[in-house]
Amino acid sequence: MIGEMLSVTFITGLLGAMMRMATPIIFAMLGEIITERAGVLNLGIEGIMLMGAMTGFLVTLSTGSLWTGVLAAALVGMAFALFMAVLVVYLGLSQHVSGLGITLFATGLAMFIYRLYFGSPTVPPIVEPFTRIEIPLLSQIPILGQGLFHHYSLTYIAILLIPAVAILLYKTKVGLKIRTVGENPFAADTVGVNVNLTRTLCLVAGGALMGIGGAFLTLAHQNMFLLDVIGGRGWVAVAMVIFGNWDPVKGAIGALLFGLVDGLQLRLQGLGLHVSFDLFLMIPYLITVIALIGVSRRASVPAALLQPYRREDKGG
Amino acid sequence: MTRIQLVKRAPLTGWYRVLLPVLAVVTTLVLSAIPILIAGGNLWQSYYYLFYGALGTRFNLLETFVKASPLIFTGLAVAFAFRAKFWNIGAEGQLAAGAIVATWIGISGGGAPAIVLLPAIMIGGFLAGGAWAAVPALLKTKLNVDDVVSTLLLNFVILHIMGALLFGPLQKEGASWPISEEIVEAARYPILLARSRFHLGIPLAFVAILVIWFINSKTVFGYRSRAVGVNIRAARYGGINTTSVILRTALISGGLAGLAGVGEVAAIQYHLLSDLSPGYGYTGIVIAMLGNLHPVGVGLAAIFFSIINVGSQTMSRMTGVPSYISGVIEGMALIVMLIFLLMNEYKVRVVRK
Repeated sequence: MIGEMLSVTFITGLLGAMMRMATPIIFAMLGEIITERAGVLNLGIEGIMLMGAMTGFLVTLSTGSLWTGVLAAALVGMAFALFMAVLVVYLGLSQHVSGLGITLFATGLAMFIYRLYFGSPTVPPIVEPFTRIEIPLLSQIPILGQGLFHHYSLTYIAILLIPAVAILLYKTKVGLKIRTVGENPFAADTVGVNVNLTRTLCLVAGGALMGIGGAFLTLAHQNMFLLDVIGGRGWVAVAMVIFGNWDPVKGAIGALLFGLVDGLQLRLQGLGLHVSFDLFLMIPYLITVIALIGVSRRASVPAALLQPYRREDKGG
Repeated sequence: MTRIQLVKRAPLTGWYRVLLPVLAVVTTLVLSAIPILIAGGNLWQSYYYLFYGALGTRFNLLETFVKASPLIFTGLAVAFAFRAKFWNIGAEGQLAAGAIVATWIGISGGGAPAIVLLPAIMIGGFLAGGAWAAVPALLKTKLNVDDVVSTLLLNFVILHIMGALLFGPLQKEGASWPISEEIVEAARYPILLARSRFHLGIPLAFVAILVIWFINSKTVFGYRSRAVGVNIRAARYGGINTTSVILRTALISGGLAGLAGVGEVAAIQYHLLSDLSPGYGYTGIVIAMLGNLHPVGVGLAAIFFSIINVGSQTMSRMTGVPSYISGVIEGMALIVMLIFLLMNEYKVRVVRK
């Protein structure tokens, strides 16, 4: 067993599984970071991912184009995020209750629409999923190459988005606006930033990423839509945002670690080792709960998170 | 340019507070016409079967109460916590904790009579749920950890603990999937009405409504819990030990959710399995909001949801509208109620500049 675990194929396979399992979480986590940095906690994430997974699958099945499916998933994610924006940004409703409401509504709707189209078939419909692409030269590196550089294009996009979001947030004017809105909306308003519009746009951008994260699961990782396809990955993404201290790079490291544990469980099961991995899978959640200790004293949590912005509230 | 502004006003009281959830339910049912029509269902037929399926026959009516029972417990659990602004999103996990302990007592109970075993699994399940809720309450009061996220994450911790137990010490002899042995006969909730599943847990849920109503409105603790929810600083300066109040609120809240788990094991499944709850804990949040955090409101909201859940099965069979419409309706109900609650505190004003 140990010998098999140290074999080149095993390690290569494990690295590959880690990247695959981390991809949807990275998309969703980056979406949640952009949203939370602007001061909005989006707990609609789990439902939005399921809507993305269902829409991407349905559109791909009917158009035959995988990328049209991904685009549709992004658009549906944006639509739900916009709905969330109406509730929490413009009406100022409680962010966590509204978010859970969105998750409930979107989950029900995704299953409802799927059943409407397909009934309850004995053989679930499938799509021809994305194929993996080898990056020339890099994929030839021994052991690591096939594990890290032989992936779906969406995985590469997710990896590239990590520095992109980091640069957006820390190095651009737009990023400064977003962070100010999340830290001190009154100050942002004073210097002429439209707080509610900024929050809405961040929600919408984040919703697009959550939708794509969902679509990865039905168009690349698997080739069908199952009702439990998301399986709590949205909540994992929320956890990774905290674990990573609202930082895209640290959050992505968390997502990759989660992918590694998840991948290890699949690989070991593949070797015929039938043990429960529940105690391993529990670890990321436990670590995040521990990471939450003292988070409110750290500077990284957006100060205006969960606070609706009403100009007339100032001083009152 | 005109702008829409929300202006705070004195909340309406009295009858309007009762009317609000009723209006929300009616609005939701009207809005449900949209998915029904999209699914190509005949509108009146669909509504008819929705209600007939839940209330039309003796068996279906009793089944509606069977399905309402866990929802009443989780709804009360969330409402009781939210009232003190302890944001317990963890009823799902506390339900699991209660179910685990109930199963453990129910399996190992041996020859003990029902008169011993029934109280044992109830108290055991209540304490387990309460203890699991006390963890985030302690983290909140001692270490300032955000309760929304910690209660949510702890759900996954306990579900994985349950998974590990079901593949380990609690797994049935010779089973290859995660399922426990059956609990002994004496640990099962008695069926109270013949030819149905109407069990002890249902009147128990209604007793719980009364008890929570009593605690809320007639006891010092209920008053303190409310005071902490309204303004924790003022409560502290007023001499209330807020840490102890939040902790005890969490114990009762988690305990109620634990009883939902006990009921599912002792009256429905008779053993522990990984998909014991189809999300009763999360639905409890919606029910608590829809019931305006009032125990009687929670009871009515739980029955409404149960009608939708049970009735949508019949509607689906008779009209072809997918039964998953129940999830759509429940999501809509929450969002409508949130907006109505907002309109209770704010009025919309159009401002011209």
